[in-house]
Amino acid sequence: MTWEVVIGLEIHTQLATKSKIFSAASTAYGAEPNTQACLVDLGYPGVLPVLNAEVVHMAAMFGLAVNATVAERSVFARKNYFYPDLPKGYQISQYELPIVEHGELFIADANGDDKRIGITRAHLEEDAGKSIHEGLDKSSGIDLNRAGTPLLEIVSEPDIRSAKEAVAYMRKIHTIVRYLGISDGNMQEGSFRCDANVSVRPKGQEEFGTRAEIKNLNSFRFIEKAINFEVERQIDLIEEGGEVVQETRLYDSDKDETRSMRSKEEANDYRYFPDPDLLPVEITSEYIETVRGQLPELPDAKQQRFVSDYDLKKDDAAILTSSRPAADYFEAAVAATEAKPQLVANWVVGDLSGALNKDGLDIGASKISAEDLAGLLTRIQDNTISGKIAKQVFEAMWDGEGSADEIIEAKGLKQITDTSAIEAVVDKVIEANPGQVAEYKAGKDKLIGFFVGQVMKETKGQANPGQVNQILKAKLSG
Amino acid sequence: MMDLHTKTLTELAAGLDSGEFSSVELTQAMLDRIAAHDEALNAMVTVTGENALAAAGKADADRAAGNIGALNGLPIIHKDIFCTRGVRTTCGSKMLDNFISPYDATIVERMANAGAVVLGKSNMDEFAMGSSNETSYFGPVRNPWDLERSPGGSSGGSAAAVAARFAPAATATDTGGSIRQPAALTGTLGIKPTYGRVSRYGMIAFASSLDQAGVITRSAEDAARLLGVMAGFDERDSTCIDEPVPNYVAELGDSIEGLKIGIVRQHFDEGLDADCGARVKDAIAAIESLGATAVEVDMPNIDYSVPTYYVVAPAECSSNLSRFDGVRFGHRAENAEDLFDLYCRSRGEGFGDEVKRRIMTGTYVLSAGYYDAYYLKAQQVRHLIADDFKKAFEEVDVIAGPTAPSPAFKLGDKVDDPITMYLNDIYTIGANLGGFPAVSVPCGFVNDLPVGLHLVGHHFDESALLRCAHAYQQATDWHRACPEDFA
Repeated sequence: MTWEVVIGLEIHTQLATKSKIFSAASTAYGAEPNTQACLVDLGYPGVLPVLNAEVVHMAAMFGLAVNATVAERSVFARKNYFYPDLPKGYQISQYELPIVEHGELFIADANGDDKRIGITRAHLEEDAGKSIHEGLDKSSGIDLNRAGTPLLEIVSEPDIRSAKEAVAYMRKIHTIVRYLGISDGNMQEGSFRCDANVSVRPKGQEEFGTRAEIKNLNSFRFIEKAINFEVERQIDLIEEGGEVVQETRLYDSDKDETRSMRSKEEANDYRYFPDPDLLPVEITSEYIETVRGQLPELPDAKQQRFVSDYDLKKDDAAILTSSRPAADYFEAAVAATEAKPQLVANWVVGDLSGALNKDGLDIGASKISAEDLAGLLTRIQDNTISGKIAKQVFEAMWDGEGSADEIIEAKGLKQITDTSAIEAVVDKVIEANPGQVAEYKAGKDKLIGFFVGQVMKETKGQANPGQVNQILKAKLSG
Repeated sequence: MMDLHTKTLTELAAGLDSGEFSSVELTQAMLDRIAAHDEALNAMVTVTGENALAAAGKADADRAAGNIGALNGLPIIHKDIFCTRGVRTTCGSKMLDNFISPYDATIVERMANAGAVVLGKSNMDEFAMGSSNETSYFGPVRNPWDLERSPGGSSGGSAAAVAARFAPAATATDTGGSIRQPAALTGTLGIKPTYGRVSRYGMIAFASSLDQAGVITRSAEDAARLLGVMAGFDERDSTCIDEPVPNYVAELGDSIEGLKIGIVRQHFDEGLDADCGARVKDAIAAIESLGATAVEVDMPNIDYSVPTYYVVAPAECSSNLSRFDGVRFGHRAENAEDLFDLYCRSRGEGFGDEVKRRIMTGTYVLSAGYYDAYYLKAQQVRHLIADDFKKAFEEVDVIAGPTAPSPAFKLGDKVDDPITMYLNDIYTIGANLGGFPAVSVPCGFVNDLPVGLHLVGHHFDESALLRCAHAYQQATDWHRACPEDFA
């Protein structure tokens, strides 16, 4: 039987506000436990929540960026359950009336074609704290620094059909929230994580299979692996005559498997009701239009512009626009050189990315500025150096030895384009290798590579490769 | 220096202004009274004598320096539902028996900034859930008019303390009648302002959409004075409304000539004690004789007030009280086996029966499958009741009737019958459901027990209530009557 996979994702993205969603405490990551929790975050008797206006602005930006409806009236509700890291005994979230509904975005499917993924809703809520079990003898600690941190929960339609699509969708959302500047998207710190609802059904069947929810996936790699494991588990189970039960599962990255956390029967009845401490959030259509006017250019639009304005390959445009700093870097470099944009793209996507990865740096922290890279590429364009020598110069630049021109000058890397100088070297090489010359003349054309290599070696790679070829061929056939 | 306790807040302010006595002398006199009489009443959970004398000393110094706040040197008592920094704040519960608040409620802060001297914290029904003060972990409060009887609740301690002249005023809170019913049962004046008029920040929540802070005094003039300090926008409470605060004291003197009073037929039905009804009718007639006119108004949905309230209030309380879990503050069960055991026993031991009853009711009405039938329906009915009031206020300025169905009842009489107990708030709950301001004014006696006249006003029209109450008090002296043992 052929099986079809059905996936819906719930992405929790932490909003990049300075203070918490309902209190003035700081949201900065990594502070000593419980030093960034005020009385409101601690749920002290008598305290009340006051909404941080910034989160409404951020949610509206997201809604508009995914072509969604931004609600003029949304309502905060209480989700009631007991847990030690949930100080009030309820989480303030949005339930029946979320701030964002009916959005969409497009990812590339297996054939590289656009595929639409619907976004059911995105709602605002507060994060819980953290329970700490390590290093505490027979007891648990609670750190409430994270309690009250603003989250935007983005819920997709069950439109995703593979683990790869799930990752593509999640990457797209990741790119959008960072473009908008509403989240740092830091997955290690938990600022961007997701729950995946996974089910399978026989291909062609209309109704969905029973789903399992995999909780708290916080890396693109884990999402793909967890979903693939889960899909296989469900198919095996059904094919062996079993039945998938609706449950919450956890992914164990060490064992690369998912395991049951709680079943539907054990699920809480959250007893949602509108939070009487907070008034409905009411925003005007003028406000929404103002936010729309402030939106930055979004990844899809930028990608299209890179293809049409710079004549880039679609793949390169996609990579360069996957983060705003990368796109900005590219455009700054293009603006500073006569070299073709595609050449700039090759270098940014190739050598620069490699160097950044090796040193674990973001492009914003690159050791070579866009302008300096442009300086290097200009020297390729005007034939001062070859592409091969450029790699050597690039490495020296990365090591802080100076600008491209300084390094070319200091190391004497300027390309040899003087025909008589190249001819002298060619003559020397021919003279030194009579055997190979004879073989070449006897028809072993491939040996041309050997002669080019020898000439380049003699000139420390500085001879213009095109000229070397031309002169060699002329002299050997003479 | 004798008889300071008999004076109203306004009279005491005049005495301080004229230098007749100092705040330290006044404060000491009131503390002495509490020490002498509270054993009989149990109105106080905590007396903060040292703090009070220090605050009084500061008030006297401020006065000498010409820095005279609106409440400079005047003694008050706070209901133990308001958080007071560094002072135990129990909410009448074992759960918070050991809770020292790290912060001041907004109204506590505002009154302190105005120079008020806090004598202590008053007893109350546990988490403000009760109408007789019998649900308090610290034992029932006794009614100064008859020690065998209840002072009402939940602000029974505040009402009894003011009636017994422990202080000229005490703060209180009202979710379904918790200021007005005890005021009626103790011969004091209690005002519940419009929802959103006074900040709820630092007031331990019972039912957030109904709770409102107010004050119990003996005179309308004193209430006007205090409300002027307490009221006003607070950015820490999202439900607090940013409306200018009128000068309530200045508006007291305005005439009530032409004031239109609405009478709700259902408020004089068989549930009302006949003698109480007669006193209330007399009071309305007296107000008419001062220039007001009374007309009957129709409130078709008012009979649903009590059932509506007993869905909405428990629902909210079931959620509001979840934070009392033994983890961060308050009572924690000893030797818990695991987390679940910690929750169950901390809450099981920390909460009393009435609180548990309401948490269970509230949990039930919010549960999946019941939400629409109970909570949602109750919210819809609540709107209908509010609309009844709004419609009535198109024709009249205030709605008058009895505050409580009977005078003070005996302690123990209703404690085992929640429904009868709940019916004590039948006339007062409507104002909470609609967020309207309301006041109970002493209007006579039945068998030597006080009776209260209930006046409800339109949103933010506390002035009309205070003006009407003040005019009535100028013409009568019920509010000057003092229980014999506390003269």
